[in-house]
Amino acid sequence: MRHEIVLLVLILMLLVFEIFTKTEQKKSLIYLALGLFAIHTISGFFQSTDGVLFGGSYRTNELIHFFKNILNVGVLIILLQSVDWLEKVAHYNKLPEFFILLFSSLIGMYFMISSGDFLMFYIGLELSTLPLVALVAYNSADIKGNEAAIKLILSAALASAISLFGMTFIYATGGSIFFESIATQLTVSPLAILGLIFFFSGVAFKISLAPFHFWTADVYEGAPIGITSYLSVISKGAAIFILMTILFKVLPVLSVQWKDIVWGVAVLTMFVGNLFALRQNNMKRYLAFSSIAQAGFILMGIINAEQLGASTVIFFVMVYIFSNLGAFGVVQAISNATGKENMDDYTGLYRTNPMLSLVMLLSLFSLAGIPPVAGFFGKFFLYTAAAQKGYYLLVFLAVINVTISLYYYLLPVRAMFLRKSDDAIPYFKSPVFMRIGLLLAIAGIFVLGLYSPVYNYIEELSKLL
Amino acid sequence: MDILTLFVVVPVLTVIALFFAKDLKQSRLISVVGMTVQLGMAINLVFAYFKERASNTDIMVFTRDLEWFKTFNIHYNIGVDGISVALILLTSIVVLAGVFISWKMEDLPKEFFISLIVLASGVFGFFISIDLFTMFVFYEIAVIPMYLLIGIWGSGPREYSAMKLTLMLMGASAILLVGILGIYFNSNADGGPLTFNILQIGQVNIPEAAQNLFFPLTFIGFATLGAMFPFHTWSPDGHASAPTAVSMLHAGVLMKLGGYGVFRVAMFLLPVGAQNWSTFFIILSVIGVVYGALAAIKQTDLKYINAYSSVSHLGMVLFALLMLNKTAWNGAILQSLSHGFMTALFFALIGMIYGRTHTRDAYKMGGLLKTMPFISIIYVIAGLASLGLPGMSGFVAEMNIFAGAFQHPDTFHRVVSILTVSAIVITAVYILRIVGVMLMGPIKDPHFEHLPKETWYERVGIYLLMIPILGIGIAPLWLSNMIMDSIQPFIERLQ
Repeated sequence: MRHEIVLLVLILMLLVFEIFTKTEQKKSLIYLALGLFAIHTISGFFQSTDGVLFGGSYRTNELIHFFKNILNVGVLIILLQSVDWLEKVAHYNKLPEFFILLFSSLIGMYFMISSGDFLMFYIGLELSTLPLVALVAYNSADIKGNEAAIKLILSAALASAISLFGMTFIYATGGSIFFESIATQLTVSPLAILGLIFFFSGVAFKISLAPFHFWTADVYEGAPIGITSYLSVISKGAAIFILMTILFKVLPVLSVQWKDIVWGVAVLTMFVGNLFALRQNNMKRYLAFSSIAQAGFILMGIINAEQLGASTVIFFVMVYIFSNLGAFGVVQAISNATGKENMDDYTGLYRTNPMLSLVMLLSLFSLAGIPPVAGFFGKFFLYTAAAQKGYYLLVFLAVINVTISLYYYLLPVRAMFLRKSDDAIPYFKSPVFMRIGLLLAIAGIFVLGLYSPVYNYIEELSKLL
Repeated sequence: MDILTLFVVVPVLTVIALFFAKDLKQSRLISVVGMTVQLGMAINLVFAYFKERASNTDIMVFTRDLEWFKTFNIHYNIGVDGISVALILLTSIVVLAGVFISWKMEDLPKEFFISLIVLASGVFGFFISIDLFTMFVFYEIAVIPMYLLIGIWGSGPREYSAMKLTLMLMGASAILLVGILGIYFNSNADGGPLTFNILQIGQVNIPEAAQNLFFPLTFIGFATLGAMFPFHTWSPDGHASAPTAVSMLHAGVLMKLGGYGVFRVAMFLLPVGAQNWSTFFIILSVIGVVYGALAAIKQTDLKYINAYSSVSHLGMVLFALLMLNKTAWNGAILQSLSHGFMTALFFALIGMIYGRTHTRDAYKMGGLLKTMPFISIIYVIAGLASLGLPGMSGFVAEMNIFAGAFQHPDTFHRVVSILTVSAIVITAVYILRIVGVMLMGPIKDPHFEHLPKETWYERVGIYLLMIPILGIGIAPLWLSNMIMDSIQPFIERLQ
């Protein structure tokens, strides 16, 4: 419970500080919030106790605690990368709201992954989504942002309604909303399968699996880049974790059915994400489709349905957080400095901004799954998880997709490294927080892959799922 | 630190040092020092290997085993036998020669040498690995720098060629990955634990159904890098667009990973699959041999000629491997080595010629023997080695291949062997014709009358490659012995 309480205190502190800060000094709230969140992140790494609260609605153990830590690190990197943007673009009178909304959404994620019944799960899901809608429209003068927010709220409302519908079916057949009781009482019946399908579709919206991905590209493009990063890594990561928990632990009776669904959705998601990414020019849309495709890969670990699958999924989510934040960080740095967000603008970037290009290169290589960066290990383990259960055809389709994805992951590389341009973005010095953020992402990309104790630790923890 | 890990550590250290280099002079100095150390270590390894072999009868020597990812039983597991030692020596020579040939790399020199040496470290790592996962990691590390090397420093349609090459090779490696996973999940067929260790899987009899399924995946995965027909199309475009040193390294070393992988992984671990599939792949490899040679005749661009000639020569390596007997395999390894030195030499010479005449069209040049005697004479020697003249490395290799091929008494093998032999005649045609057109005869262009002489660094690069070609040709026995001993355990798997 420590994560939730500390973050709640943090939100209250920000509210209080805001009252006592003069308008001219509101900027200092950025550093205050950043500092407090950094302390929160570090404090998360101290030992915690397992436990159950509210009669089983809320549970926590070492694995859940660890996953919350991963989310914290991700959010910390996002905040570091957003400092510059907040200073420049944001309206100072709305500054605390940015942090308060972001942290509320994060608390929602905490509750969601800690949930022990469908009620808590639903509360967490809503709490994590609603503040995000406000954040997407944070820059209220931006028409695209507003459009994105409307799209997000409509599809999110639909999605949560659908998954709520599915939960009622599961309740009707399982006789309980508590995960543990459902797991023992549920039997295979058409109603239960229908419940599974509805529930899965609702969560699939959140993870933007095909065919529930249509909101993704528009929302990613319209939202501020920091929020886009948050949507694509934190929100997605948390939803995957809870989906995995529920499929593995609550609905094992229906595993035959949900494995079929996951198989089909995985293949569809990979192909849709990869094929649509081929022709994108806006970097945010490009990374949106890339992240759709990545979610398809993650399903290969879920289909394993055992401890190996769980550990590979959690590991890959970690790798994915760092890789994607590296890429989004560079997009944000360039957007802050020049306002340019298209791939064409990156032409000749290496010759003017070598370090940024290098970070982008490594992040894209990690997303594409090229060694020695961590993405390769993450993907390899996911293949292994699927192949262990004999899903060779799925692995084969996945490697075809990896080859397709390599093409578009090399496109920015081509623009940055291979081409020269007279009007390339001139050299600029990134602010210090941005550099720390990028450095953390790159360090994560290297350490996760080559330093095997991280994976072994996750493997050990995933027994607790 | 053990003697083999250093082969990866030294390039990595060189790359790190290169990050701090400021200009061309510093970059090339660092690269030369690093790669000379590497060559010294390779020569030392040959002697150390002979010494160790006298007392040690294991398949692999200098082994070292460190656990990496416990769950999957992935190890950092290294060791060498005679074949890998020979290929390591080849690699270190070609890389050093490549560094000398790139002495005047003006555009982004630091990045060029970094990419080149990252590629080399992948190749070295590949040759020392005896764990499938580690091997695969190094394989990909060796392939991906090609994209930057061709894309940034290449010529002609460089973006197209770089993308084509990368996608085809990475696509092949993706297929290979399925094969490797298939082998991994069948490695407990005899009741042991799942493992990626090649030597341990070598003791296991994987069920025939699985072998038939995964052999073609593994074979195609590796053989694409060995330019097997019809997956060879990346090679001519890639070579033609690549800068000189990269063509050298690619044709000389990187393509050898294909044959080595087929031999070490596909055939050793899936012997039954190899026998069942051999007819099909023999046909493909023969088409590659003949088609590559015929295509080379039609070309006028020197780089395309050599690229197609590589398709033909490496098709012969695959052909020899598919003969599944000791003599032919010995020939295959020798051919890999000989082709490695010879093609690297060819590409180095083409780079030098192009640097002076600014054309690669053989029919626009003429009488180069009069204006560039040194380069021309070496070109003739390389050509003679390529068509298998006795006394050069190519002859020894091809002799062994055909001696092995004719050990099969059946009609099918006879026919394909004769077809493959015919490719040697075609090779003679295109080599001698180019020599005639380009080097002999009158000088066609007055600009070519006064061309700059070869420089000292070019000479060093050339000599580095010349010595082994003649060395293998004149005294093949020490090498042959080293290889033969190492082939023995692999051939026993097939019987």
